[in-house]
Amino acid sequence: MAILVGRKTGAIVWGITGSQGQFHTQLMLEYGSKIVAGITPGRGGQEVHGVPVFDTAREALEKVHADASIIFVPAPHAKDATLEAIAANLNPIIVITEGIPVKDEILIMDIAKQKGITIIGPNTPGIITPGQCKLGIMPSHIFKPGKVGLVSRSGTLTYEIAASLTNAGLGQSTCLGVGGDPVVGMSFVDVFKMFRKDPATKAIAMIGEIGGNAEEMAAEYVNKTKYPKPIVAYIAGRGAPPGKRMGHAGAIITGKAGTAETKIESLRAAGVRIALKPGEIAKLIKRPKLTIN
Amino acid sequence: MIKAQVLVAGRGKAGAIKPASSPEEAEQVAQTILSMTVKGEKVAKVLVEEQLASRYERYVSIVVDRGSKCYTILCSTEGGVDIEEVAALHPEKIIRYRIDPVLGLQEFEGRIVAKQLGYSGAQMTQVASIVTKLYQIMLQCDGELIESNPLIETKAGEIIPADLRILVDDNSLFRQKKFLERSKTFEPDMTELEIKAREKGLAFVELEGNVGIIGNGAGLVMATLDMIIDYKGKPANFCDVGGGASEERIAAALEIVLANPKVKVLLINIMGGITRCDDVARAILNIQKRMGITIPMVIRLVGTNEKEGQKILASANIPSLNSMEEAAAKAVSLISEAT
Repeated sequence: MAILVGRKTGAIVWGITGSQGQFHTQLMLEYGSKIVAGITPGRGGQEVHGVPVFDTAREALEKVHADASIIFVPAPHAKDATLEAIAANLNPIIVITEGIPVKDEILIMDIAKQKGITIIGPNTPGIITPGQCKLGIMPSHIFKPGKVGLVSRSGTLTYEIAASLTNAGLGQSTCLGVGGDPVVGMSFVDVFKMFRKDPATKAIAMIGEIGGNAEEMAAEYVNKTKYPKPIVAYIAGRGAPPGKRMGHAGAIITGKAGTAETKIESLRAAGVRIALKPGEIAKLIKRPKLTIN
Repeated sequence: MIKAQVLVAGRGKAGAIKPASSPEEAEQVAQTILSMTVKGEKVAKVLVEEQLASRYERYVSIVVDRGSKCYTILCSTEGGVDIEEVAALHPEKIIRYRIDPVLGLQEFEGRIVAKQLGYSGAQMTQVASIVTKLYQIMLQCDGELIESNPLIETKAGEIIPADLRILVDDNSLFRQKKFLERSKTFEPDMTELEIKAREKGLAFVELEGNVGIIGNGAGLVMATLDMIIDYKGKPANFCDVGGGASEERIAAALEIVLANPKVKVLLINIMGGITRCDDVARAILNIQKRMGITIPMVIRLVGTNEKEGQKILASANIPSLNSMEEAAAKAVSLISEAT
């Protein structure tokens, strides 16, 4: 078991004929992911690494069975692609695309919510259940099947921490990036709810950063529900100045809100262990549970 | 009323909005304002408007609500002041109204908001129409924020948004061409190096310290910066070359980071995913040959093809480290040697 994607998940790739789409389709296939179709309007009838390409999702679903989808199309067309995936009832939908206007993101998230569809991203490295399925752009070799659920707002920092969990012999149950944009689909709370029910996940590593209040909401949820699994969090951006975007569109301290300090404080108060360096996460997970309260 | 037309907020406080009582005085005042620089931006245009005596000042804005994933109206009977202060001291005075992303904002909803702001009768209808128009503008211009502060009531009882400001979403510039042109000409609160970095497509923020930092991925670079501070060092910048960085991008990053004369040590932190370490190593060598980097460099290079990358660096006598912590500690220790 794991969350959201596994051995049997069949996925459709939007933008499969683009350079990113082609490159990562090959890597996902090599990893063993079941990529069943690709969509590029005007390229129906072609093949990419043996995967049939269709003009529309409707045609694709007449020929193949698919559960999930992954979107690589450039920002100007990402809204259309994602809404098509939603209309086709694919779930989850992973949106890798960076730079989508927030107006489009708001509409996408609302329609998906109405239909009960999970969106991962946008601006995410994707999701991987090691040894089973990868729908994303992360380097496969740093992941190993294991017991830590890893959820993050970042890309390379996630790889850094995934590699350290692998080196420590812990591995990952499922690892996913919720995305670096201000408006994203899944939140930390949504992922925590899934990890809670997943028997393969024994502990959780959370990677947050400045901006927004997703970490504070997660702390509130953990506190209120007396979350049963140990959580270790690392929050990036303690040294970031207010009012400046730190690379990610969502990583900005506005006024006094969204600082690393408030996030760390609220998580700590909820009983989440805080790693001050990325390398400490694996150590803190291995440390036997402290009995507080 | 003579108002400077600049892209920064806080014009009033900066003395760039002034009244005049005759055409002659207006000309004089306009000349004074046109010779001003407001928060780094030279005033190139002024707006001459009727001076309105206001009875009440209120605040209305529409913002992106990250948590609720929608646009939300924020308004308050306390207008004309710093709204963040009101929110902090009197949160009960802030009225919020969530806008349904599919239905949009209907006139009746505008009336609900107007009522909550304390308007009735003809004024209520007028305010409802203003609020729904603000939402239309927000959508048409891909706004992140639209704000009228203050919304005033004239002696005749007319409601007028006396000041209006919009922040446009950077990600929408591919379809908001008129704003794209405008954003190229000036960027408030940005340093020269930051503007240069933006032209090259690099995420770069200049800071006060002396350790230059380059890495791939926003989170990783933020974490590197935090670690430098934990080791009692001072980062000179945030610089993210992004995923799959080419030699060209790495060169551009080095050029910009090293153009800052305060930088005494350079720390490069690469976690290769899509980015291949051998490519990065080759890029560093080529750039060093070309630019002749004279300050000490600390390089941490791991991930895809790390052995090849480290070998390439070793052949040029450039040491590379495996751990981020070691690299950060080394960079800080080199600073204390250099100063």
